[in-house]
Formats: sequence, C-alpha cells, structure tokens
Amino acid sequence: MSGMRYEAPNSVDEAVKLLADANGAARILAGGTDLLVQLRAGMIDPGVVVNIKNISETHGIAADGGAFCIGATVSGAEMGEDAALSAAWPGVVEGAELIGSTQIQGRATMAGNLCNASPAADSVPALIAAGATCTVVGPDGQREVSVADIPTGPGQNSLGNGEFVLNIKLPARPANASDAYLRMIPRTEMDIAIVGAAVNLVLDGDGTCTEACVVLGAVGPKTITVADAAAALVGSKVDEAALAAVAAAASAAATPIDDKRGTVAYRTKVAGVLASRAAAIAAERARS
Amino acid sequence: MNEQPKKFKWVGTRTIRPDGVDKVTGRAMYGADLTLPGMLQGKVVRSPHAHAKIKSIDTSKAEALDGVKAVITADDMPQADPTPVAAGEAMINLRDLSDNVIARHKVLYEGQTVAAVAATTSDIADRAVALIEVEYEVLPHVIDVLAAMKDDAPVLHDDMFTGGVKPKPEVASNVANRVEFTLGDIEAGFAAADVVIEQDFTTEPVHQGYIEPHAVVADANPDGKVDIWCSSQGHFMVRTFVAGLLKIDMSKIKVTAAEIGGGFGGKTTVYLEPLAVLLSSKSGRPVRMVMSREEVFRASGPTSGAAMTIKMGATKDGKIVACDATLYMQAGAWPGSPVGPAAMTAFAPYDVDNVKVVGFDVVSNRQKVVAYRAPGAPISEYGVECVVDELASELGIDPLELRAKNAAKEGTQAAYGVKFGAIGMVETVAAAQATEHYKTPLGPNQGRGVASGFWFNIGGESCAGIRINEDGSVSLTEGSPDIGGSRASMAMMAAETLGVDYYKVKPSVVDTDATGYHFVTGGSRVTFATGMAVVKATNAAIDELRARAAKIWDVDVEGVVWEDGHAKPASSNVGDFDPMSVADLAAMANKTGGPISGHADINAKGAGPAFGTHICDVEVDPDTGHVTVLRYTAVQDVGRAIHPSYVEGQLQGGAAQGIGWALNEEYIYDENGKLENAGFLDYRVPVASDLPMIDTILIEIPNPTHPFGVRGVGEVPIIPPLAAVANAVAAATGVRFHALPMSPPAIVAKMAEKG
Ligand SMILES: Cc1cc2nc3c(=O)[nH]c(=O)nc-3n(C[C@H](O)[C@H](O)[C@H](O)COP(=O)(O)OP(=O)(O)OC[C@H]3O[C@@H](n4cnc5c(N)ncnc54)[C@H](O)[C@@H]3O)c2cc1C
Repeated sequence: MSGMRYEAPNSVDEAVKLLADANGAARILAGGTDLLVQLRAGMIDPGVVVNIKNISETHGIAADGGAFCIGATVSGAEMGEDAALSAAWPGVVEGAELIGSTQIQGRATMAGNLCNASPAADSVPALIAAGATCTVVGPDGQREVSVADIPTGPGQNSLGNGEFVLNIKLPARPANASDAYLRMIPRTEMDIAIVGAAVNLVLDGDGTCTEACVVLGAVGPKTITVADAAAALVGSKVDEAALAAVAAAASAAATPIDDKRGTVAYRTKVAGVLASRAAAIAAERARS
Repeated sequence: MNEQPKKFKWVGTRTIRPDGVDKVTGRAMYGADLTLPGMLQGKVVRSPHAHAKIKSIDTSKAEALDGVKAVITADDMPQADPTPVAAGEAMINLRDLSDNVIARHKVLYEGQTVAAVAATTSDIADRAVALIEVEYEVLPHVIDVLAAMKDDAPVLHDDMFTGGVKPKPEVASNVANRVEFTLGDIEAGFAAADVVIEQDFTTEPVHQGYIEPHAVVADANPDGKVDIWCSSQGHFMVRTFVAGLLKIDMSKIKVTAAEIGGGFGGKTTVYLEPLAVLLSSKSGRPVRMVMSREEVFRASGPTSGAAMTIKMGATKDGKIVACDATLYMQAGAWPGSPVGPAAMTAFAPYDVDNVKVVGFDVVSNRQKVVAYRAPGAPISEYGVECVVDELASELGIDPLELRAKNAAKEGTQAAYGVKFGAIGMVETVAAAQATEHYKTPLGPNQGRGVASGFWFNIGGESCAGIRINEDGSVSLTEGSPDIGGSRASMAMMAAETLGVDYYKVKPSVVDTDATGYHFVTGGSRVTFATGMAVVKATNAAIDELRARAAKIWDVDVEGVVWEDGHAKPASSNVGDFDPMSVADLAAMANKTGGPISGHADINAKGAGPAFGTHICDVEVDPDTGHVTVLRYTAVQDVGRAIHPSYVEGQLQGGAAQGIGWALNEEYIYDENGKLENAGFLDYRVPVASDLPMIDTILIEIPNPTHPFGVRGVGEVPIIPPLAAVANAVAAATGVRFHALPMSPPAIVAKMAEKG
C-alpha cells in the first residue's frame, strides 16, 4: 500500500483522464465494500484510487416512460427506497438488497457488484435476466453495453483502459411482467451465494408466459443463461409441470465446482430448486 | 458470617455495569490499544506445512532489513521441562506449550510459529517475515481422529506411548491417553433392559470465535523486569506461563489485564506473550503483537472434534438401566483434549446404576485444542442426548417425561465419583415441561427438540480487597479478568454485604503486583469464587468497622453489631449510641487506628454443579437443507442470579454458540492439511439474523456453600443446544443425523441417501 494516491474528481472527463493516465494502475472507488477489503488483504496495490461519488451523473434513479436509469453510485438502500423501481423490478431490487447487511447496504452499488465480476455476485443474474444495459464512458466517449458483456470471468471485466460504468439501465416493460431473485447461503446474511437464480418473465392476459429469461449465478465462472428453462416457461401457465421442467433444465445447465462452500451435487440440485421457486414467485408477482 | 438478609437490596437487580460507558464510547483499553514510546511491531513467521521437520532457518536477510530490531527463533527460547502445570481446566506440559509458542525441530500443524520479528513499522515487519527462509522436510500428515488412530498413520511424537493402559504399549502412537469411569455393572444393566439403542456420532472441532484477536504489549527492562499488558482470561496464568517458559522469577513479571473482547476458554493459554517478551528483551524496546483474524483461526485453539459410540438401555416403563460410551477426541498436535471431562459429564444428568465410559485422547496435525465453555461436555452429552431421544421415541414416552423420570437429584451417585448435593436437574425439566413453548403446535417441515446438560463448575484461588475511603466510598480490588460483567456482580455482593449504595463501590481488576494469585476466569468460577472472596473481605472490613465503633463508644467489640450499613449497639445494655454509618466511621478513621480495609485470600471449595434443559424449534427446507431456528428456550438452575441480565446473557450466548456448532461451524482442510476457511466468512458462526430471541428461564436452587447461593452459570448453556437442535432436525425430517455440523449440503445429501 505504499504511495497510493486518492482522487475524487467532480466530472466524468476528469475521472476518465485520471484513469487513462494511470494506465491500468488505477481503481475506481464506488461503495468500496469490495475495494477496501481487497486493499486491506493485500490482494491489490493500486497506484491511484478514484472515487466517483462526486460525479453528478452517477447519482440518483431516473424514471423515463417506464424505463429506469440507475446511477453507478446508487446504493442498495437507495434502490430499496424507490417505490416505482421496486414495483417494476422487484427481482433486480431484491438481488441488490441481498448484498451484505444493513451497513453494507448503505454503501454497496450494483455497478461495483457488476464490475468486481465475482461469479457469485448477487445483483448480476437479475440484471442479465432483465436485459439491462449500461453506459460505459472512456477516452473514446460513451457506449451502451449489455450488462451481460461486462464480466468476462472471475475478477475480470471487459472495460478498457480509462473506462468506467456511468449508469445501469432497465427497459420499460409490458403489463403482467415481473421478476424474482433467490440465492442459497447457509446463514441468513453476510455470506456468499452458493447458488443464485433469477427469473424475469412476461405473461399475457390469460396468464400464459410469453417471454422468459432464467439466469444462474455461482454455479460457473460466469452467470449462466438457461435457454431450456426459458423455453419450458414460454407457452406454459407457469404450472407445476413447467416449474419441474425449469428445475431440470437449470440443474442440467449448472457447471459448478466442489469447494469449501458446497459440493457439485448440492449446487446442481439447488440450482434447479431455486430456479423453479424464482419462476413461481415471478409469475405470482406478474399475475397480481 | 453475618445472617443472610431475607430480601436483597442489590443482589438480583439490574444495576448499570461499571465498565459499560467506557465500552460503548470506545474508551475501554483492549489488548491492542496500548501504545508506548519507541514501541515496535512484532509479527510471526508461520509454517506452511501440516507436518514437517525444520532443517534450517536463515534470518540474515530479515536482520539486515532497515527498521528490523529483533528476530527470534526457538534458539532464543530456553529449553522447557515437560512438567505439567495447571492451565485453565486442564494440565499442560511446558515443553509442549513451548513448542506451540515457537516450533523447535518440527512443525505439527499449518500455522505453527517458527520465528518472529520486531520492527519499527508493521510494513517493515511484514517484509522481514517474508525474508526469513525456512527449509522444511515435509512429512506425511493426518487430520482426522479415527485416521490418526490407524496403525499406518503418521506418528506425530515418537516418544508418545498411550497412557492409562497396561502393559505400556511397545510402539509410539497418536493415542496419548485412555481414561475410564465405571459405576455398577453395565452387562447386568443391559441384560435387564427392554430397549437398547446404540449409535455412532461425530462432531467437528469448533473455535471459540471471540471477537478480539490475541494481542499483547511487552516491555522488558535491561535489569530483567518485565511488564506485560494483554487480554487474557487470567493475567496470573500469563505470569505463570511466561515465568515457566522463559525461566524468569514471577516477582519480576507484572501482568496487567487489558479489557477482554471474549475468550470462552480460548484465552486460558499463551501464544504471543512469550514471543513479545523475547523480542522486547532482544531489541530493548517495547513490542506490540496482534494476531489477524486469519492467524486466530490458523494458530489458536479450537475445542476437539470427536467420534463416539453411545449405548443406552431402558426398561419398558422408562427407567434407564445401563449406559456405555466410547469417546475418541482430537487433541490437536499435542495431548490434552478434554476427554476427561467429556467422559465424566456424559451421563451425569441421569440417575443410572450402571455406567461405563471409556475415552481416548488423540493427537493429529491440527491446532492444539484449548478450553471452550464446558470443555468436552457438549460433545459427549450431544451423543447421549440424541440417544435419550431415540429411547423416548422407541418407548413411546415424551422426551422430557423420560428425562424427568431419570433425572439426577440430591443423593444421586454420579459415575465420575461424587454424590450430588442440592441440584436442580428435576426442576429444569419440570420448568421446560410447563412452558407454553413446549405445548405450541408446529407446522409442516417443523420439529421440536429438547436436551439437558450438566457441568461441574469450579472454585479455586481468588483474592479480594475492600478499602473504605476517607469519604466512605468503597474501593474493591480483585484479579479476575471481567469477561461477562463480573465487576458489577462483585460490587453488588460487596454493597449488599456492607449495606451501602452499589454506586459507591468501585470494583477494579488489578495487576499481578497488586493482589494475590487468582486462577483463570474459567470453569464458571468467578462469581462463585471471587464473589466468595469479596464477601469474606467485606465481612473483614465490617469487623474492622465494628471495632472502630467500639473504640469510639468505648465498649467491647461484641457489643457492636453491623446492620443496614451502620454500626449499632447490640442492645440497650451496651449503651445509648446513635448508629454510625460507613462514612461516619471513615471520617474518624485517622483517630481510631488509620485506614480501614478488609482482605481475603481463599481457595474456594463447594462450587455447585448445574443443569440446564433447552427446547428448540426448527424448520428444515427439504430441498435446500437450510435449517431455520424458529424458537428457543433455555432453562437453567443458576443457584442465585446476582445480576439477572448477565446471567441471561450467558444462557443466550451459550445457546447461540451451541446452535452454530450444531448447524454450520467446521474446519475445512485441503489435501495438504491446510486450513481453507480461516475467517468468519467461511467459518460460519451464526449472525444475529440467524437466531430467534433466545428466551431464558432462571431457576434458583441456592448453592449452600456460597453466601448468596451462587452457582457457576457460564458453561452449562453451551451443552444442550447441539442435541436440542439435532433432535429438532430429526423431528422435522424424520431422519436422524449422526454428524455435526448439519449444514445444508450435509442435510440434502443425507435426505437423498434415505430417499
Ligand atoms: C461484509 C460484506 C458482505 C458482502 N455481501 C455480499 C453479498 O451478499 N452478495 C454480493 O454479491 N456481494 C457481497 N459483498 C461484496 C460487495 O459488497 C458487493 O460486490 C458490492 O456490490 C460492491 O459494490 P461497491 O460499490 O462497494 O464496490 P467497490 O468496492 O467500490 O468496487 C468494486 C470493484 O468494482 C470496481 N468498480 C466500482 N464501480 C465501478 C464503476 N462504476 N465502473 C467500473 N468499475 C467499478 C472497483 O474498482 C472495484 O474493483 C459483500 C461485501 C462485504 C464487505
């Protein structure tokens, strides 16, 4: 930790310049709930830390015709307090709100969770299931990227030198649509997901599923989008048979490892259990 | 001794603790909070191997680094004699202790200390640690207790031959010792039984999980005097061990007890203190050493894991007639698992004529175990209480009813030797049966479990001093580090005895130069034993106060009685004098003989054994294996609750730790014997949201040997939870789990196996 510099720029341009000039030796500080832990454990030794919380474009949740734009420094607690966002995207909000504990919630951001690129990140499966995109800013200006394309592997992301995520966007959605996220941890909080499962779906007027996306976390190096599970939902009334098919498809798609947090057999089974339960919850929410 | 007042003014109330404001405002000084001028930072080099010979240690590069002031290895430590000395609730061998503090020829677990450095900053100390080159010859290792007992297991100590067996074995093994306790004739007992249940169980080692890591500051003077500040469960214990290990006269060592952030038995030994003293004498500067959380897990002691077989027999009408247990307990790298107390407590809650318990103390390549609340008892009683439940279901008798029928009571002969006096096992079961909790219906996937527990409690050496100050306020000194609110309880007992306002009494835990020898804060002994010393010292001060009043009134001391905080004439025959308060007598002290005080240095005998019975409701998610503890009630015979809040806190804390032990806590080693979960993220103690409110019911069956009836309360509550949770999980799932922890993957795997 020798000679680390701290910067808190007020504009996107300043931040981009600081990052680009550091040539890979810089780290963004949002909530810091990953960054500070990694610094203290000696896992990273950045030359400069750039706090982006003074940049106004990273603040607040903006609603626009049913779509939402969530600033990169918005905390989980702020998302939970936003009634419109929570009503439209309860699965995305519950994923973000599961992170850590009350204290962590006051700090932790979805953008940080996304860019930190842990395979077990709790807010990411629901974002991907939602078809979320993000605005990436950098030396070459601004680009819109699918959230799914940000993490590339454990601890790795696709951002180039000088780039950072400015916000995360959720699309407007039709009637009778909802989502849900569930994770398995041995405790009730302060733990890392052994399995995570997000389901986003749309029903038609008589309750038949017309669109679905099922995404698993923590059972592979990256999130896994389970097309067979989505296919099992589309055209069904999200009934028991469909849910059993979702479970089977999710278990079949999971590619977990044995480690100190769980066995392959356990994670494979629970991936199916959580995917089908999340589908049932999302459908129930979409119906009401 | 004074007549005991019928109603108490302070005892049994919820006073404000004297250390509370400092703790909630962050002013309290814990082990790592002291800074001395010129102080260095000490760090430790640890073994990366589970079992290896140390071929060489090269410290030259570290010594050459700018800012490094001292480097030590085992060569700087005197050779210790293998003489057993009292350590917490067990005996410890100084040579083994020395090897655990710093390895001499061999490392026996990953994380064992091999060298230490002191430098001007932590950063430099870290770099110096990385520069020390240790050459190892890696040896085969063994982690598991049953594997360590196999004939072809790697042997840790080639001079260790199983004790307690005749003839002495011819080959060295990892089995350090065999113990046996018997009562009656179990063969005849089982022959008379209508139902016999025999099952095997395993438990994993668990860490005490105190929040404050080990921390010390040591300052060795050039003339050989040593000052030590540290958080421990006994600053006299620290003095004994440092004196013994470093061969220094006790009179030259002064240890000051810092505030302590939890110990639970885990701070009844030394790790850093002797190293800090050596580094300080070598560098000539004070040295601070603080473990990281990871080091706490890698290098400080958990309690044992175990494998056991429990067999119990009962007649059709529910009388338990025979009990048999075999226990194999992990000691860690050196002998000293709590197999003795585990064997002694195993069946102690029950009045049974025929009992046999055999136990084995087994070493393996893991952290040396140290005391953890009621050492050994939660392990053996877990197996027993599961089998009692199985008996109850086989017999078709309610599990609490079966416990009530067989409960130990006054006059019961325990297999470990004693005949019980006044005890409260029957009462705790009856109170549990009477709860609304026990009668409340359960939903699907929910189950209820009960279990009882027994612990001896101990007395031991304690001292106390009472000084009446010139203004009549009272200074109380003693030397038992305060882990659970004991200063408040000491001041309450002094105030009650003396008849003064509790808030006029200031209790202090003083250093080893300022009071006599105290045994550790452990064995649930402080409120009992140190409390006894406080009452005795207070009575000595009262005798002195009476003598001063007699002098002032010019009457015989027998003519003065002490009542309600005042000296009074014993009768009108003595004369007509106005009562004199403590303050009145204090104000005149210089004219009546000087300062007024009372002292007591005792070895307290007659600690009252204690029993508890717990009720636990759980819900098990059959698909994910997640167990939710829905409701929990802990009932305990506490003798007398001096400060009910702190007694309730002991019951709640014990239940919380026991629930963690039952559900998620375990050490995970890789194939090389390296610990993979050295942190609270993957070593899962329960967090607050994992637990319901733990309801408590305090039963008060006074201990006749204590002036206020105190029994130890701190250890019993960690005993019943393991089986209470296991019995609840069995009731919820219809499947008996024979291994702890019952983590979600373990539950799903077992349920799949059963179909
Ligand atoms: C006690 C505790 C409990 C936790 N529990 C959970 C949990 O239950 N589930 C879970 O998923 N995680 C958990 N975490 C991890 C962490 O809280 C989350 O990953 C959190 O969302 C990170 O957000 P942050 O704003 O704090 O990120 P930071 O720590 O500020 O940043 C994380 C990483 O992303 C980079 N970064 C941050 N923002 C941006 C940006 N806008 N553009 C580009 N890069 C960026 C940083 O440089 C850093 O590398 C826990 C952490 C702690 C300490």
